[in-house]
Amino acid sequence: MSMELTGAEIVFKALADHQVEYIFGYPGGAVLPLYDQLSKQKKIKHILVRHEQGAGHAAEGYARSTGKPGIVLVTSGPGATNMVTALTDAYMDSIPLVCITGQVPSHLIGTDAFQECDTTGITRPCTKHNWLVKDVNQLAETIHKAFRIATTGRPGPVLIDIPKDIQFKKGIYKSNEKIEIDSYQPNYKGDATEIEKAIELIAQAKKPIFYTGGGVVNAGEKASETLRELVSTTGFPITSTLQGLGCYPGEDSQFLGMLGMHGTYEANHAMHDCDLMINIGARFDDRITGMVSKFSPGSKKIHIDIDASSINKVVKVDVGIVGDAQSIMSSMVDIIKKKYPGFRSSNKEKISDWWKQIEIWREKKSLSFREDKSVILPQYAVQRLYELTKNQDTFITTEVGQHQMWAAQHYKFSKPNRWMTSGGLGTMGYGLPAAIGVQVAHPKRLVIDIAGEASILMCIQELSTAVQYRLPVKIFILNNEYMGMVRQWQELLHDKNYSESYSEALPDFVKLAEAYGAIGIRADKPAELDEKIKEMISVDRPVIFDCRVTKEENCYPMIPSGKAHNEMILGAEDEEVITEEGKVLV
Amino acid sequence: MSKSAYSTDITEEKLERVIIVAWVDNETGVLARVAGLFSGRGYNIESLAVAEVDEERNISRITIATNGTKLVIEQIKAQLLKLVPVHKVADFKIDLDKSVFKELALIKFIGDAEVLKQAEQICVDFKGEFLDKTPQSFIIQLVKKRSEINNFIKKAKPFGLASITRSGPLAMSKGSETIKDNKGKIL
Repeated sequence: MSMELTGAEIVFKALADHQVEYIFGYPGGAVLPLYDQLSKQKKIKHILVRHEQGAGHAAEGYARSTGKPGIVLVTSGPGATNMVTALTDAYMDSIPLVCITGQVPSHLIGTDAFQECDTTGITRPCTKHNWLVKDVNQLAETIHKAFRIATTGRPGPVLIDIPKDIQFKKGIYKSNEKIEIDSYQPNYKGDATEIEKAIELIAQAKKPIFYTGGGVVNAGEKASETLRELVSTTGFPITSTLQGLGCYPGEDSQFLGMLGMHGTYEANHAMHDCDLMINIGARFDDRITGMVSKFSPGSKKIHIDIDASSINKVVKVDVGIVGDAQSIMSSMVDIIKKKYPGFRSSNKEKISDWWKQIEIWREKKSLSFREDKSVILPQYAVQRLYELTKNQDTFITTEVGQHQMWAAQHYKFSKPNRWMTSGGLGTMGYGLPAAIGVQVAHPKRLVIDIAGEASILMCIQELSTAVQYRLPVKIFILNNEYMGMVRQWQELLHDKNYSESYSEALPDFVKLAEAYGAIGIRADKPAELDEKIKEMISVDRPVIFDCRVTKEENCYPMIPSGKAHNEMILGAEDEEVITEEGKVLV
Repeated sequence: MSKSAYSTDITEEKLERVIIVAWVDNETGVLARVAGLFSGRGYNIESLAVAEVDEERNISRITIATNGTKLVIEQIKAQLLKLVPVHKVADFKIDLDKSVFKELALIKFIGDAEVLKQAEQICVDFKGEFLDKTPQSFIIQLVKKRSEINNFIKKAKPFGLASITRSGPLAMSKGSETIKDNKGKIL
């Protein structure tokens, strides 16, 4: 039976049919009919942000921490353009978002009307797909397609632009079951012969390594379990990208830590020297590979990815398998168990030299840092934060920069979906709104945004959102008064010319918190850090924690640009060595 | 050490010319998606032709002449296949044994009787079809390979050649073979 509904009613019926609980948004002229309808229904709750970009990142945090799509509703023109950063961020990090934008009425499109912009044109390169709905009878179908495309295959953001007159017009609601997208059929299973080839390489390898990424998170919670089974079945070492942290327990002995530009010594050396690399759901990003021509020169490479275009894009591989990480890893486990019963113990001897080598690299203790009793070291702050929160199911978001890398290095995750960070786009300002989205989805959990004092100011307005909805997010600022990563690069590569990377004026973060109606805490001394962190955790309200850290700490270890994985520098001592040898650095 | 956080470009591989064909849903914005993909990812478009080829299924065929290293050509195809309204993609290397390549050109000549007479002779030599004639001008149509049209233009240029429009090359595989579905596959 078909019903006549208004466009606005169709939107909310469709959202309800997709089990949407929350939307993040901001009203405006071109979405007033939708906001009118919003208040007339009870199923879907709306989180009013303070800036559209915040809505986008909040939806990303919601999506990443739940595995469900994040929903955004914003107005035309500036509402839409303010969403561009969040859409691009979600596109780079494969986060499913459904963004609904209002548009000026159909008859005004193309006339440069008030708050008109070419939303589908602007967002075409930063969405997986987008639509301008010109016929109310196409609206339901378009929304269903949008959900399908956002959440299946390689997830990503989609956008539906709805002119205001379409929101008023009456049309037919079409249910989700009848929708087919001819040209869009993501491949989940993976080619059986390629999987067999991969297993043969695994059986022969003497120096293997698993290199896993965000694709494992996106393949669902089960995928992390299957990954643990695969790693345990093989006895191979495993490293993870920034996005993949949490899929494998950070404190497990087979885990070598994160790899890449600020990855551990053992992870990067193992990647360089391995004879078999098994990439599951990672994409050979340039922060991972370093110089591509020097990237793991002697290894055979297996690449499992749901996105066929990721395979052979940056690094040519020997075996490429298109499909869902969960499904493929699970077949791999089955085949290994069937073909090579007791593989781990029978294969132990073959890879024992490899593990010995890895232990030697491990002894470098590349994440260690000096002790300081007078000032708080940022690494120490993250370490204490971890130790004091690891007894509960904690969700961490970050902004972008040094603090992000220290968080990735020193906070150990044991579960997926607990770590929300802007990896691909590197969006400063991501962390606070993302934390809000996470807290909305997990009201009883501890949610901490590990931030820098520069990044946090990019979306600080969302603290007002947190206060309004009583979302007790904790903003843990590693405050060194510098854009730390910019300063670090200027130190290493531009002769310490700290051009515009020092913030000569900063707010008093304690007073800022109070102005917003949140709690402010400040720590200056290492001795008071634990007490104050405990105080922060115990407060059931939003907190800004101003952690004053040493000003000119660099983030190590580090692969300098243009270098290979085995040419890492571990700290300032290495810099000097290199300088003397040939002024390669500084 | 480089002063960049990115690695340096070391590609010295040879560029090859190729014609890429994509079968797409004939819907609003699809051409912008395809053209935007090329500009956004730094690929080159030499020429582009697009028209609906299957009214019933609402399918258009987009033909793009481009160039790139082997890896780039593979990436162009892979990225095109990633677009939702793209059904399948093919590339035609410039190999006359395997494929047919044709381009349509309309060319106008303007001049006095003496000049036009010489121009006409070249057109006849190249088997051009005369579409319009006045005492001061004529238009011919050429349906040929790109290089032959280039050759014609070079020869005819001094004889009143006034205006040219070209469709860009179209391509089709020879023999009974057609292009198979390759959506979601490694190329």
